[in-house]
Amino acid sequence: MRRFPWLATSWTMLVYGFLYLPIVVLVIYSFNDSRMVTVWGGWTLRWYAEAAADQVVIDALVLSLEIAVATATASVVLGTCAAYALTRYRRFPGKGLFTLLLNVPLVLPTVVLAMVLLLFFVSLEHVFGFPQKGFTTLFIGHTVMCVSYAAITIMSRLREVDPALEEAAMDLGARPSQVFFLVTLPAIFQAVASAWLLTLSLSLDEVVISAFLSGPGTSPLPVVIFSRARLGLNPEINVIGAVTVYLVLAGLLLSSVWLARRAKQRARENAALLRQAKVDALATSAAS
Amino acid sequence: MMRRSWMPSGRWFVIGVPELFLFVFLLLPFLILLKISFSHADAVGVGFEPLISWLEEGTLSIKLHFDAYLSVMQDDVYLLTYLSSVGYALLTTVLCLIIGYPFAYFLAQGFPTLRPVMLMLIMLPFWTPFLIRIYAWKNILDVNGLLNQFLLWAGIVDEPLQLMFTKFSFMVGMVYGYIPFMILPLYANLVKLDRRLLEAAADLGARPWQRFWLVTIPLSREGILAGSLLVFIPAVGEYVIPELLGGISILNIGRMMWNEFFINLDWQRAAAVTMLMVLIILFPIWLFNRYQMRLMEARR
Repeated sequence: MRRFPWLATSWTMLVYGFLYLPIVVLVIYSFNDSRMVTVWGGWTLRWYAEAAADQVVIDALVLSLEIAVATATASVVLGTCAAYALTRYRRFPGKGLFTLLLNVPLVLPTVVLAMVLLLFFVSLEHVFGFPQKGFTTLFIGHTVMCVSYAAITIMSRLREVDPALEEAAMDLGARPSQVFFLVTLPAIFQAVASAWLLTLSLSLDEVVISAFLSGPGTSPLPVVIFSRARLGLNPEINVIGAVTVYLVLAGLLLSSVWLARRAKQRARENAALLRQAKVDALATSAAS
Repeated sequence: MMRRSWMPSGRWFVIGVPELFLFVFLLLPFLILLKISFSHADAVGVGFEPLISWLEEGTLSIKLHFDAYLSVMQDDVYLLTYLSSVGYALLTTVLCLIIGYPFAYFLAQGFPTLRPVMLMLIMLPFWTPFLIRIYAWKNILDVNGLLNQFLLWAGIVDEPLQLMFTKFSFMVGMVYGYIPFMILPLYANLVKLDRRLLEAAADLGARPWQRFWLVTIPLSREGILAGSLLVFIPAVGEYVIPELLGGISILNIGRMMWNEFFINLDWQRAAAVTMLMVLIILFPIWLFNRYQMRLMEARR
């Protein structure tokens, strides 16, 4: 390493180039004024206008967002319960099997999960006549996958919360539900919020389960993109991809601005405290 | 206290609701899959004969049909597809390791000031949708794509190469999709590497390459294993990358499962193919668990 600094630098740069080249190319081609996606024809915004006016894309996006919000909310509720049960109750019926099941979606490839759920839903439909493939099957399928991610995110935070706090609240006469909502939930709130965001993005991103479980007329955005991308290059998909890149960058920028502002505010508060302490010290020394 | 004994308490809600959810929507589906894989289509072709039935003479009859498994075992296409999926997943793992190990090593041992930014840059692509990132390669690998345009411009080739829907485009996509899963555990492991051990080896006369092979690599074995497992398992079941970049020349289990269900409408075989896939996945996990158990015992 110390002998070959050029090797270290060039190797890392090559890997970063590999990781970012397709994203950069995608963004550039999204402005390409040509039907042939890869033949440069000057700059244009017309594909952005076309994508924004494409009713199929809009419907798919709305459906995806609905599923994602429902999935994230359900996953966080179930995940919080699961995390609480696993960290706070040493033993309960079915704990071993429950832990195993919770790990299954993390370990198995999504095709397996998709096929298992697909056969389950079509068997149900065959016997009972419902559910038809559509919003319900997509929502349940996504939630089965996302609960595990929500549970492990929340569990890692819940382990750090001292159970003594909950016991203290209980001793002071709080009912279990009050303990949960007034003590435990505020302590793990950040983890719950990040689990919600994580499962939201997992659901928005999920292709395979969505493709297996979507019915006619209910295709979420990844399924629409997937079926078009299979056919070949498509300027509208470049635009959709580019827009997601902008959203990620905007989110990153906002969060770093927020973090910087919070750090600055904290520094200002500390400075104020320090000044106050100095004033107090001067006052006491003057008094004596 | 009296109230608790008959009211559904918070405890049972917290345990019962997620348990019920996973039992109904995960355990039950797996049992149904198992049942379908062992069943035999009735005359209509869609319904199934019951596996367990109570015969009149007072005997319980359990009928397991192995038709689906037998037909999967006997047809070479299935075997070839499993072998191809596992083979490409292994190749992906090895390529990710070859590219990712030096990268993780350099990142963990050098660049002290830039390191947080560089780590961030590895994780950043995770935030853009996987599907979009894989699709993006089509812009580069297409017949008229950026790479061919560059090769033509540089005079390396006279006519555009067919890069899309080849093993090359498929492997580019696989390595691209999975390399962060290799780099991150390797980095987490290598950053803890005790440099004094390397210095000791140097004092004892080991050459740089010997130090690397005999000290660094063995010490990072756990990171290598974890990264390989994180790449290999999803790579075996990958469905999107072979569809978008591999084309029909790449045999793939995911597509086979899709075709059995949606094109051949053969539920039993789809279920059997899925069950065999689960077995393929469980094997490396079982090996890894056993390895870790032994490691833990050795430490104790």
